[in-house]
Amino acid sequence: MSYYPGCTLKTKALNFEASAIAAMAALGVNLVELPRWNCCGTVYSMAEDDLAHHIAPVRNLVRVSEQGSGKVVTLCSFCYNTLKRADLLMRNSPEKRDAINAFMDEEIDYQGDVEVVHLLEVLRDDLGWEEIAREVKVPLEGLKVVPYYGCTLTRPQEAAIDSVENPTVLQELLRVLGVTVLDFPLATECCGSFEIVSRPDSVTERAYAILGMALRKGAEAIVVSCPLCAHNLGQQQPKIAEKYGNFPGIPIIYFTQLLALAVGISPELCRFDLNFGEVEALLEKKGLLPQCERSGVGE
Amino acid sequence: MARQVRIGVFVCHCGNNIAGTVDVKRVVEELSHYPGVVHAEDYMYMCSDPGQEIMKKAIREKSLTGVVNANCSPTLHQRTFRRVAEAEGINPYRVEIANIREQCSWPHMGDRETATRKAIAIIKAAVEKLRLNMELTPSVTPLTKRALVIGAGIAGIQAALDIANGGYEVVLVEKDICIGGRVMQLAGTFPGMERPDYLLASRLAAVTSHPRIRLYMCSEIEEVSGYVGNFDVIIRQKVGYVDKDRCNGCGLCLEKCPVSVPSEYECGLSQRKAIRIPFPDMAPFNPVIDAEHCLRFNGGQCQACREACPEGAVEFSGEDTLIEENVGIIVAAPGYDLLPAGEPEIYPEDPDIIDGLQFERILSATGPTGGEVRRPSDSKVPREVVFISCVGSRDPEHGVPYCSRVCCMYVAKQALLYRRAVPDGQAYIFYTDMRSDAKGFEEFVQGVMDEGNILYLRGEVSRVFRDGDKIKVWGVDSLVERDVEVSADLVVLARAMVPRPTTRELARRLNIASDEHGFLTEAHIKLRPVESLTSGIYLAGTAQWPRDVPDTIASAEAAACKVLSLFSREELLHEPTIAFVDEEVCSGCGQCVASCAYRAIDIDEGRAVARVNEALCEGCGACAAICPSSAVQLRNSTPRQFFEIIDVASG
Repeated sequence: MSYYPGCTLKTKALNFEASAIAAMAALGVNLVELPRWNCCGTVYSMAEDDLAHHIAPVRNLVRVSEQGSGKVVTLCSFCYNTLKRADLLMRNSPEKRDAINAFMDEEIDYQGDVEVVHLLEVLRDDLGWEEIAREVKVPLEGLKVVPYYGCTLTRPQEAAIDSVENPTVLQELLRVLGVTVLDFPLATECCGSFEIVSRPDSVTERAYAILGMALRKGAEAIVVSCPLCAHNLGQQQPKIAEKYGNFPGIPIIYFTQLLALAVGISPELCRFDLNFGEVEALLEKKGLLPQCERSGVGE
Repeated sequence: MARQVRIGVFVCHCGNNIAGTVDVKRVVEELSHYPGVVHAEDYMYMCSDPGQEIMKKAIREKSLTGVVNANCSPTLHQRTFRRVAEAEGINPYRVEIANIREQCSWPHMGDRETATRKAIAIIKAAVEKLRLNMELTPSVTPLTKRALVIGAGIAGIQAALDIANGGYEVVLVEKDICIGGRVMQLAGTFPGMERPDYLLASRLAAVTSHPRIRLYMCSEIEEVSGYVGNFDVIIRQKVGYVDKDRCNGCGLCLEKCPVSVPSEYECGLSQRKAIRIPFPDMAPFNPVIDAEHCLRFNGGQCQACREACPEGAVEFSGEDTLIEENVGIIVAAPGYDLLPAGEPEIYPEDPDIIDGLQFERILSATGPTGGEVRRPSDSKVPREVVFISCVGSRDPEHGVPYCSRVCCMYVAKQALLYRRAVPDGQAYIFYTDMRSDAKGFEEFVQGVMDEGNILYLRGEVSRVFRDGDKIKVWGVDSLVERDVEVSADLVVLARAMVPRPTTRELARRLNIASDEHGFLTEAHIKLRPVESLTSGIYLAGTAQWPRDVPDTIASAEAAACKVLSLFSREELLHEPTIAFVDEEVCSGCGQCVASCAYRAIDIDEGRAVARVNEALCEGCGACAAICPSSAVQLRNSTPRQFFEIIDVASG
């Protein structure tokens, strides 16, 4: 399956990529990195006349087309959102599609023939929960987490992988893995996103509201799908502790790391050392680490 | 036509409406030479008294046998000109309207040549149609002067009383075990703050004791057939398993019943038994067994109620009763529901997040908390209550696009009742726009705003969630452009009013229309607001659109008024321009039966020909269009007439 990594997966979120590739291999899905991929465009431009901004994502879609693969899977929520909406623009606005294709005259024309999906959709729709349940070797029982979707997986409506207001796909996956999923009203609340660059204080407040609620709900970790959420929710914790005191902190885990662990991938490959918070200590305490017998990328 | 055809054409200027675009003098000149036309004349306003005189004079002097009036749409003045012609001895069905205003001068404004040529074509077409029009007389059908009213909420009760007091018998059918409907659940009513028992008490007593009202409780409409003046209705009365005559109302059966299910009347805030009465202070009461939940009817052996009954009134046998009634008209008032819990999705399911009707029960002196305001989760008195307006209404993405109309007012009323019950309480009201547009409403809302400790916040709510003991409400006050967070003890959602889920099925049985939301559809929102499109079936109350109590009563009285006006006649006249079957040609294939929206055609199996019920036929022509052999035709709209029209209009 054609896989688009994006920048963060190759830098700050190596743990996300490593665990995803290993887990999917164990589930029989080979994630093949798209050749010659470039920046996804990061943020989908909503300006009516800003066609230049869509060239980066469309060029990636052209790469997928060239491969003859009708589908590309993403891990990062931002990449997913930007590619998905660029694809929708190309499908739904013939005039803009023609303009963008004409501008990229060195490329083949993009015809809107690539399906952009997020890995959670592959797990839910292509494999299915029952299939995944059969592959679970280490049920992650006793681990109490809250799911956190952030913004771009479910917004806007036309690009949403699940219900906009009340998504459940992450809970469903985690329950299949044996994890105890706690009710979390702020699962789709904004983490502050790229305001971390211009208004870091507001991100501190956003993160405090989300993390505080997770702790009050009794969560031992927050499970995310977006590297930017992981960054904001993780890196703000020392600042929160400094500002408010009496803040115990909470680890941030990618859903693919728990998936990998559950299907029997060795903890080393999950790269918990790159996570924010003491994830391995938590898993150790829950008795979820020593039971791992297999190592390496699954069969 | 043995008689010589002598047609008069009267062209109206309609001030400048027609004459400003159409060259009426040229039209008259052209038509005056048209075969069969012996008189052509124009006038400024043909519908005026002098205009009518011009017509009369011409009919007399030229011995006209038919008239074409070229003017506005037939919905406006067809009746006027038919009356004029009839007064001069011409059969009214030999009057044709040529619409040269809505269908000619208005759409072609600024193009005089095109409009004039089109007007001439339209009038010539009308002349051709008229040439073949037969003289017709309306058919007469008998009228049963009894009414069926469906639903004994405040709308149905009002309509039933008005009709009964007018001297006619009423069959009132209620599906529930009590009458009074939604209003009985309310804690108070705006703007006068009357208690619902005050509003309803005399009406309930009048309905149950009225000599001309026959009330069927626990009953639903099973089947309706027939037509205006003569409907045959089958009513299914659910068996209650308790002999009303023997029951002494002691209530021991209720105490002994081991089954508890959420009470519908209390909106799920308290439990009721499987043998049930409507509400505690209902007297005299008739308990009925709810077979859906009773252990006995679900494979169990329980007979606690029968053992408890000192009068031996409880029986575990019996069947639903099917009752046949013949009525002349029907008033449908099946009422409303609220958008169900779980919609829209941003409001989580939580015992302390309730809807408007549930809070009515909590505020009510007879409610599940005995008149004290206590929240459902832990019975604490809520110190901070957040009201959220427009939940699901005016929200096409998550709910319904329309305004629910009553919420602004009842939220104000509830905040006031809450403040009176909890003097140190604080109410917050998130609203979109204040809609207080009826008599005394704005004054009422302003009074509530002045009350103190009721804070109106204009803005939307983004998130509602439980945080420990509190319900957090995140929203925005858009007037000061600030985010707002309230830690509430109780959240009241003013959910959109929607039709009951059963209303669609009722509409199907009555053969009346409902809209995309399921609300019953009126014949015309302005001109015929309480009539359905099916003759003889009228609408009242909230099944039509969201209404408050004053509007509901007004609509019920309007429906009753239409009924009484119909009942003032001895018989019903029916338009003769309806379908007829040429039995020589008809093969009985039945395509017309399927095409008829009014169920007016059936097949005479013995003779294998279609048969038109003249009382049901509305003359829409669907059958005539679908008939492969033109065996079914509409009187005065025959294929031959249409071919003539097409010839002249295209030539």
